[in-house]
Formats: sequence, structure tokens, C-alpha cells
Amino acid sequence: MLSASALVFLAGCSSSETGEPQASPAASTIEAKDLWLKATEDDMSSAFGIIENTGSSDVTITKVTSAVSANTGLHETVPNESGSMVMREKTGGFTIPAHGELELTPGENHLMIMDPQKPLEAGDDVTLTLVFSDDSSIELTAPVKDFAGAKESYDGTPSQSGHGH
Amino acid sequence: MAGENPVDAKRPSRRGLLFAGAATGLGAIAALGIDSLAQSASPAGASEPLHGPETVPFYGEHQAGITTEPQAYASYVGLSLREEVDRDGVQKLLRLLTDDAARLTQGREALADTEPELAGLPARLTVTFGFGTAVLELAGSSAAHVKPLPEFGIDRLEPRWSGGDLLLHIAANDRLTVSHAQRMLLKDARSFATVKWIQDGFRRARGSEASGTTMRNLFGQVDGTVNLVPGTEDFNQLVWNEDGSTTMVLRRIHMNLETWDEVDRSGREFSVGRTLDNGAPLTGSQEHDEPDFRRLTVNGFAVISDQAHIRRARSENPGERIFRRGYNYDVPPAGEDISDSGLIFVSYQKSVSKQYVPLQQRLDQLDALNQWTTPIGSAVFLIPPGCQEQGFIGDTLFAA
Repeated sequence: MLSASALVFLAGCSSSETGEPQASPAASTIEAKDLWLKATEDDMSSAFGIIENTGSSDVTITKVTSAVSANTGLHETVPNESGSMVMREKTGGFTIPAHGELELTPGENHLMIMDPQKPLEAGDDVTLTLVFSDDSSIELTAPVKDFAGAKESYDGTPSQSGHGH
Repeated sequence: MAGENPVDAKRPSRRGLLFAGAATGLGAIAALGIDSLAQSASPAGASEPLHGPETVPFYGEHQAGITTEPQAYASYVGLSLREEVDRDGVQKLLRLLTDDAARLTQGREALADTEPELAGLPARLTVTFGFGTAVLELAGSSAAHVKPLPEFGIDRLEPRWSGGDLLLHIAANDRLTVSHAQRMLLKDARSFATVKWIQDGFRRARGSEASGTTMRNLFGQVDGTVNLVPGTEDFNQLVWNEDGSTTMVLRRIHMNLETWDEVDRSGREFSVGRTLDNGAPLTGSQEHDEPDFRRLTVNGFAVISDQAHIRRARSENPGERIFRRGYNYDVPPAGEDISDSGLIFVSYQKSVSKQYVPLQQRLDQLDALNQWTTPIGSAVFLIPPGCQEQGFIGDTLFAA
């Protein structure tokens, strides 16, 4: 069965630097489920699924990286001045409240993978790394699926084609 | 509508999952649970029993959908692999489809499911996979057991109903559930395969009659009385291979309802050797009475004639038996015809050549029913064993 598999990296723990009581690294409280990516030939893909924070402190995802692309980001979808829904970089990252979850859904919040080095084809597995505000990180592996939707326009470009970058 | 409630719209409700879980594990207690939950779910129809949440386990030694009590609706989909799909590609396909099936059969949306609300009522959904020659060869496994059947004289096979590299057998007690599962599976198969044929089958609706009642075909006959019974020693000996696999023969058998209409009731019963009202042999009174093939009429003729279907279908060799699990079909007619109907004959057996073929050869040589029935499609598949969580259907064949 395809479920996101995870590897947690507990890098530099920022809480000790600020002298606050020792908290669990953010990545250690994260559980991801139902992750998948949209197949793409060469322009852009997104990852969707549910990121659950099982811990008792809020955590913030500040970055997503992947070996398949040098150009990745955390995106939200919002209405622009003319009322169309467009995606844009999520300023400050995604904060997941304690015991809460972040839903990454086509047409809403998602992890963006621009210009993959090779086509992401249905059935491939892709590894993504989520980095948190305390510099801890978690590696997630998710399958690629054919998907007709998730044709977001990128804010700031005139393109309506859904390939706006 | 979904748009007004985006949170609930994304996944099946927790209530739906509760239903599904209860129905799987707890038998009679679950039934009570479903009822009481159903009451809270729909105050208007307080005591109406709901079957939609019922599930059949996906993982196991054997694939589901074979010994499962036949659901009301089945769809058989024959796929042709695209030319460029190699061993790696077919494994990717099977992983994707296995994951879809594992989720959908338990009432959960598939990954990338665009209609998650349709996934919430599995209604005993099963998805069973079959491998044709091409998939077996890619796996590096012997395809000897699934070679095409020998030609039979009565066959009028049409390519549009025959063959196929990969079979999806999707079944549930809710037709909408079957459609959704089929669409989801085919969306994930599309990059790897094309649809060669789809055969839609049906039986009596759930709850119309007691479970386990032998089905009736569109000739009105009780069809499938003599059959192997899942769970018995006979069944295990004659259906399951050691690794948990089996083989499936699928035959599309057109039934000519126009010429059948010309036959009076006694002629109809004579052709099969059973009564129409309860399927009893013409020498008995109950459906499961043992036929007496030696009994003669006062005029000295066999009561169950030499060409009666049930006499011809029976072998002296107890090894030549199969497990039948067919469905009716009824599709829009062409031209002046008013119906296009028949039987999707499905049988499971260890060995097609030792069990199915000799039986069919006898029927091909002589069977009164042949006057009104014509095989127009034929396919043979290996049904791989079931898989475990984290695995995929067919994984043991690819590992070998």
C-alpha cells in the first residue's frame, strides 16, 4: 500500500538557544498521510495530503525541498484584485497548531514543485523534505498520480494557462 | 452541497468510517450498531437498515471478490497494456491500482479522488485483479495456465469481448459505488493501459431475496445450483493453488430471448433438466435434490434427456468441477431488436485445461441449451493471490 513514509532529521534545536524549556523538535511530532503529487511532463507539480501535528506546540513549516527540483515552495491560493484564484508563496510558512493538521489540497494550500529535472510520471515515488522553523526536518516519500486538476495560475504573471512561471 | 461545507467535503465522514469499521469486524453486533448509528444519521427514516457502509476486507491470502457472496452489480474491465509499458511500468500500475482498491473497498477516498463523497458508501465493494498473458510474461511468470481456450464449435467470438492483458473485476451492492471505483481505477490506469472491453453485470438487488439464493438468469432459470462451496475441502482442492492464486474463465454468452420465447415451459425445462419454478431436477422436488439420470418416463425415455444441460455439464470425474460466479447482462439492442441480453459466465478453477475445458467440450458437443445461447466473448486470467499491507496485487509473482 502506498503511504507516505517518513524519515525525521532533528537538526539544530532552536529552543535551547533561546533558553526556553526543552521542547520536542517540530519534525518529531509530525505525521503525514495520504500524500501524493500531480504528474507532470516538465513544468510544474504540486504535492497534496495531510500533515498532522501530534505535538502540544505549534509548528511551522518554513521550506520544502526535493531532489527532483531546485525550485520548490510553500504555496497558498488566494483571490487576486480581479477576483480570480491565484497561487502565491505562503509568507511565513505554514503553521500547524498543536494537535492540528494542515490540509494540502488542489486549489488551496499545496507544496509546489517547479521545473522538475525530469518528468514526474504516474507511479513514480518522489521524496520531499519539509523543514521546520527550528531547523528540524522530515523526509516524506509519496507517489505521483495523474491528475487533471490543480491548474493554478501563478500570481504576478499574465498567463491564464496554468503554466504561469 | 460540497461548496458550502468544504471541510466535510474532503473526506468521508467519520460516521461513514465508523459504519465501515463496525460492519467489517463484528457481525451481528455490527448490524445493531449500524442500525443505531443510522438512526442518528437520518431521523426521518429511523429504522431503515442501511447497507452502504458495509465493507469486505481487502488484504488477505486470497483476493476478495471470489468467495465473497456475489454483490448485486459487477463490472468486468479488460485492459490492454500500452506498448511502452515494461516490467517496471506494470509494477507501478499495480501499486497505484492496489492502493486505490485498498482505500475504496474500505469506504475511503482514493488518493487524488475528485469525488470523495462517492467513496463513502462501499456497499461491500470488492476489486479483484486478473493477469493475462502479457502481464504474466512481464512478471517473468509462466503464462501456460492462462493460454486462450481451444476453439469450440458453438463459439462466435468477437474481439471486442475477448482477451485482455489485465482484468479489473469491480463489484458492489451499489451501482454508483461501482461506477466511482471504476472511474478512479481507470484514471490511474490510463497512462499504462487502454480499455479493451467493459462488461456490466447484475443480479438481484441486495435484500430482494435471502443471501445465498442461487441466481436466476434472463431465461428465468435458476443458474448455478451445482457449484463448489467456498470454505469446503472440495473448494480448496479444486479452486486454490498453493500460493493462493486461481484462474478465471470469463465467457460472454449471448442468450437469444426471441427464440427462447417460442419455447413453451415444458420445452424449456426439458432443455435444462430442471424445473423453472425452483430449479429442482426433473426427477426431484427441491433445488438441491440429486438428479436421477437413470429414471425413465412411462414411455421409456430418460426424464432428464441425453441432451439436457445438467446431464451434459456433469462429469464422471469429480476433478472436473469448477466454481461458477456469473452475472446477467442486458445492454441496449441494435436496429429492430428489443433486447441484447445474456450471461457473463465466470468460473474459477485451479486448472483451466483439466477442469473447465473438458466440461465445455462436452457442452460444445451436445447441449440442448446451445440452440438459444452463443458464446461471443472469451478471456482467461490468472487471479493472483491476495496481498498484505505495503504489498501490491501480484507482488509475489514479480518477486519470483
